[in-house]
Amino acid sequence: MTSLTSLTLKGALDGLEAGDFTSVELTRAHIEAVEAARGLNAFLYETPEKALSMAAASDARRALGAAGRLDGAPLGIKDLFCTDGVPTTAASRILEPFVPHYESTVTSQLWRDGAVMLGKLNLDEFAMGSSNETSAYGPVINPWRKSGSNQALTPGGSSGGSAAAVAADLCLGATATDTGGSIRQPASFTGTVGIKPTYGRCSRWGTVAFASSLDQAGPIAKTVEDAAILLTSMSGHDPKDSTSLNVPVPDFAAFVGKSVKGLRIGIPKEYRVDNMPAEIEKLWADGIAWLKEAGCEIVEISLPHTKYALPAYYIVAPAEASSNLARYDGMRYGLRAEGANLTEVYENTRAQGFGDEVKRRILIGTYVLSAGYYDAYYLKALKVRRRIAEDFDSAWERCDAILTPTAPSAAFGLGENSNDPIAMYLNDVFTVTTNLAGLPGLSLPAGLDANGLPLGLQIIGKPLDEGTVFSVAGAIEKAAGFTAKADKWW
Amino acid sequence: MAIDAATVRKVARLARIAEPEERIEALAQELNGIMTWIEQLAEVDTDGVEPLTSVVHAGLPLRDDVVTMGGDADIVTGNAPKSVGGFFVVPKVVE
Repeated sequence: MTSLTSLTLKGALDGLEAGDFTSVELTRAHIEAVEAARGLNAFLYETPEKALSMAAASDARRALGAAGRLDGAPLGIKDLFCTDGVPTTAASRILEPFVPHYESTVTSQLWRDGAVMLGKLNLDEFAMGSSNETSAYGPVINPWRKSGSNQALTPGGSSGGSAAAVAADLCLGATATDTGGSIRQPASFTGTVGIKPTYGRCSRWGTVAFASSLDQAGPIAKTVEDAAILLTSMSGHDPKDSTSLNVPVPDFAAFVGKSVKGLRIGIPKEYRVDNMPAEIEKLWADGIAWLKEAGCEIVEISLPHTKYALPAYYIVAPAEASSNLARYDGMRYGLRAEGANLTEVYENTRAQGFGDEVKRRILIGTYVLSAGYYDAYYLKALKVRRRIAEDFDSAWERCDAILTPTAPSAAFGLGENSNDPIAMYLNDVFTVTTNLAGLPGLSLPAGLDANGLPLGLQIIGKPLDEGTVFSVAGAIEKAAGFTAKADKWW
Repeated sequence: MAIDAATVRKVARLARIAEPEERIEALAQELNGIMTWIEQLAEVDTDGVEPLTSVVHAGLPLRDDVVTMGGDADIVTGNAPKSVGGFFVVPKVVE
């Protein structure tokens, strides 16, 4: 019998239903994998006892014929989702020691459907980063290495713990969040599948806020079908989030495997950026060829404001962050530093509690919102944001989905980009546009580079049309036949 | 628009982050680098364009004004650095 941790989510759910193994057995195998993989630094907090009791309860439900969609499946939770009675840090010192007394809507829906929680996963501090190096608890290490090298690589960010844990078979799937690419870039760096759905699909309630108009939750999983199963559970209207969309949630898994014949796939010429590695160009061409083979019509499109997306993002996101993170004042939760007066208490608390990248973004956000600069920067960025959204509106007149590379490189070494903020920000050049426009975007592994590292392709869909995104992803997954796994060294 | 040391001190004060004096120059350079990169937005013609504040094309939903939870002062103050009897304890602000 193959090891229980090498199963896909779908395979494990089928095995549970067939009675091949119990959730307790499946969960125990994953707990052992988590304990053996501490060198990856993927988990910030393990909950093995909670996992085993949830698994036992799941087995009892299944025996009664009352199993839910995810019943008995052990998952990892990005430590940005508040979990009742389990510490939640956002990978920041400023929240220490915060233990929520409530459950985020997204995670509560996973437990409603029977999933089992293995623990909380590492991330960039407040999800601000593209390499996991801004975590106050040290970076996650990518399970993948260049062939013949021991160099520690980044799993990407901010959902680096989620991506690494799935890639290393520590969990059957994981929750993640994406503000500028934080689901898709780590998925691309680790050979996993990640989807950021349409803004408003998943409730933001109980998820630590970074930039509220851009933040969306989504899953990271081993296969396109697994991602679809998880997203179906995570989605849905929530009256507690005023931006949550009150629309029906389809069974996304039903779209995986559907024919893509006749679909028009847009190829945006502006995504051919300077210095793009030839391997990524080739992968993109492969993707186009596979979809053509599957009966799609390939259409060249133009998204003329693409190059302005990142600079606009680095006004909008820090502005929202500076406002959202004002709540960390040392009064109601987390760290409180000493000071001679109230202002000093605030200033010292925030100086000690926040890391350098978070401070940098708060300062930028405060600057662009301050008197005299608001119109020149913040308002200007919001107008450019509309231009970017309009680019997509025009594109949808000519195509049904868009195919692009996910990231401009494969996983890079820890420390390689950490001294140059703008070089780090450029990781999100292909992903950030969908956050600004609120569109669904999925990354799936489609090939390996010359060093044996995974590379991802991204599929962008129309608002609320995750179904087509999953169908196209399913077609590419089938054609690419990507089965590579990281060699176990941990 | 160059961000100078005085601007960094002002912004850090507005953001309530204590930045040590020896960090101010370096921060000014860092922030300048980022803002210079952002300056390229000026190239975009945005005349007559409405700012996009939300990608959700719906009005703000209303709900009934009823109490759905509450009466849990101990839980609410449970994570506070200092609390007494269901109250947050904060530094003195009025002498």
